Amino acid sequence: MRFVLKTNYAQDVNLFLHNGQRFWYGLLALAVLLAPLGLDRFYLGEFAYLYIWAIAGVGLMLLVGYTGLVSLGHAAFLAIGAYAHAWLLTQGVPFVLSVPLATAFCAVIGYLVGLPALRMTGIYLAIATLAFERIAAWVIEHWESVTGGHFGMRVPDPTVFGMSLDGPVPFYYLCLGILSLSLFAALNLLRSPTGRAFIAVRDSEVSAESMGINLARTKCTAFALSAAFSGLAGTLFSHRIGYLAPDAFTVQTSIQLLLMVVVGGLGSLQGVVYGAIFLGLLPQAIAIGRDVLPQWIGEIPGLEPGIFGAILVLFLIFEPLGIHGRWVKVRLWFDQFPLYRRATYKRQRSYLRTERVR
Amino acid sequence: MSLFEAHDLSVSFGGIKAVRDVSFTIRSGEVFSIIGPNGAGKTTIFNLVSRFYETDSGSMAFDGVDITGVPPHRIAEMGIARTFQNTELFEHETVLTNLLIAHHVHRRTNLVTDLLFLPGARRQELDFRRRVEDVIDLLDLQSYREQPIGGLAYGVRKMVEIARALCLEPKLLLLDEPSSGLNPEETEDLSFWIEDIVEDLGITVAMVEHDMNLVATVSDRVMAMADGAELATGNPTEIQNHPDVLRAYLGD
Repeated sequence: MRFVLKTNYAQDVNLFLHNGQRFWYGLLALAVLLAPLGLDRFYLGEFAYLYIWAIAGVGLMLLVGYTGLVSLGHAAFLAIGAYAHAWLLTQGVPFVLSVPLATAFCAVIGYLVGLPALRMTGIYLAIATLAFERIAAWVIEHWESVTGGHFGMRVPDPTVFGMSLDGPVPFYYLCLGILSLSLFAALNLLRSPTGRAFIAVRDSEVSAESMGINLARTKCTAFALSAAFSGLAGTLFSHRIGYLAPDAFTVQTSIQLLLMVVVGGLGSLQGVVYGAIFLGLLPQAIAIGRDVLPQWIGEIPGLEPGIFGAILVLFLIFEPLGIHGRWVKVRLWFDQFPLYRRATYKRQRSYLRTERVR
Repeated sequence: MSLFEAHDLSVSFGGIKAVRDVSFTIRSGEVFSIIGPNGAGKTTIFNLVSRFYETDSGSMAFDGVDITGVPPHRIAEMGIARTFQNTELFEHETVLTNLLIAHHVHRRTNLVTDLLFLPGARRQELDFRRRVEDVIDLLDLQSYREQPIGGLAYGVRKMVEIARALCLEPKLLLLDEPSSGLNPEETEDLSFWIEDIVEDLGITVAMVEHDMNLVATVSDRVMAMADGAELATGNPTEIQNHPDVLRAYLGD
C-alpha cells in the first residue's frame, strides 16, 4: 500500500499525486500515440470513434456526474455541433475557425436550454431535455435550406492550412488531441472553484446557496459547458460519418451517451473513458454474438437496444458507481489485502437531512 | 454596536403564523442565543436571515445594509455563514473539498481562467488550501481531512459543518442547534470552541440551542421565544428565571 507524504499544498493541486501515476499515465500516453504504427485502418477508425464518444461523455459527465442534472437530450447538442460545423465549412469558413464557432454556438444553445431547466430536477428535467431533443430534431428535418432536410448534407473534408486531415492516421491524431484537451480542461475545472460549485449543487442545493453559490448561474454554466463539449464531439462526428442525415442523431444516441457515463462511473473522468470503451466494444460484441449464438436469438427484433437497456439496469442495481467504482474497490482490496472489510462501501443509512427548508 | 438588526419580522405558512413581529439586535462580538420550545420559530428566524424564506413584513439590516430583499447567495458574500440543524454537508466529497467549497465567496477567478488553470487560478488554490488548514487546525480535524463525509460519525460532521462555515470567514455565524446529537464531552468542547471563535477570530455568533447548560455558559444575551413571538430578552440568568419563560416551558 502506498502512503503519500504531503509536504506542500501544490501536491494536492497538481494533476498527478505521485510518481506511480505519472508512470502509468505516461505509458498510456505513449501507447495511444504510437498506436497508428501497429494498428490497421479499421481499428484506427474505431479508436477515433471511441475518442469522439469520450469527448461527448466528458460534457455529459460534467452535467450528470458532477452537477447532478440529468439530460436525455445530448444527442441534440451532438447534432447541432455537427450541422453547425458542416454548414460553416460549406460557407467557406476554415476548419480551425469552424470548430470553435460551432462549439460556442452549442454553448449558447446549452445555456438557453439551462434557463427553463433551473426549476426542474430528476425525471422532470429528463423529460424536458427529451422534449428539447425532439424539437431540435424537428428543426433539423425541416430547415432544408441549411440542413438539407431528409436528404442530408455532405460534410466537406477537414483541411488545416491546406493539409488534409481526412486519412485515418491524421484523423486519429486530431480526435486524440481534442480528447486530451477536453480531459485537461475538465480536470482544471474540477480543481478550481467552478467545478467545486458544480459538486456543491449536486450534493446539497440549500447548502450550496448558503455558501454563496449562485444556483441559477452555476446550473446554466454547467449546461453550457456540457453542450459545448458535446458540440465539439459533434464537429468531429460529422467528419467520421461524412454525410449528415437526421437519422444519425436519435433518442437512442442520447440514451447511449447516458449509458456511457452511468456504466463508466458517475462522478469520475476515468469513468468517461471506460464508458466510451465499453460503448465502442458492445456493438462489436453483439455482432460477434449474433454469429455464434443460435439463429433465432440473433433474429430477435430490437436485440441491440434491449441489451443496452438491460446492461444499464444491471449496473444501476449492482454497481451504481460503474466500472470506475468497481476498479476503485478492486484496487482497495489489493491495497489492504488481507484486511479488506466487506462493509467498506456498503451504503449506510444516511442521517436525516434538513427537510424544514423548502 | 449592533451588527444585525431585525424589525418586526413576520412570516406565515398558510394559516400558521410561524414568526410574529419579532425584533432583535445582535451586537458585534457577542454570543446571542435563541431558545424556546419546539415549534417556537427559532429555526424559521435563521431561515429568514439566510433569505431562504421571504419575509411577509418587517425588515432586516446587517452591518447597516438592508438585506430584506437580497438573494440567498449574496448573504454569504456579505458575511453571514450558517450551519444546519441536521447537517447539510456535501456527502460524496472529502472534508477538504467541503471546506474548499466554502471559499467560493473569495474566488477571484472566472470560468475561463479555471478551464485553463492559469497561474492566477493556481495561486488562488494554494491560498485557499493554506486558509483551510488554519481552520482544520483550530477545530482539530486533521485526521479526517481526506475522508469522505459519508463515512464520518455524526459528531464529527457537526464540527465539519462549523469548520465549513468558518471558512467563509464571516462576520456573523449562525449555529442551528450545534449541540444536538453530541455527547456531553463533545458539547463541552463545543463551548470552548465557540468562545475561541468569538474571542480569537472576532466572529459574532448567534445560535439556536436547546441545551440550557451550553446556553448559560457561552451566551451574552438570550432571546426566549414561544409560538412565533418573543417572550423576553436578557442575560442567561434573567431569562432562566423569567416568569413567562418558565410558563412557556413548564405550563401554568
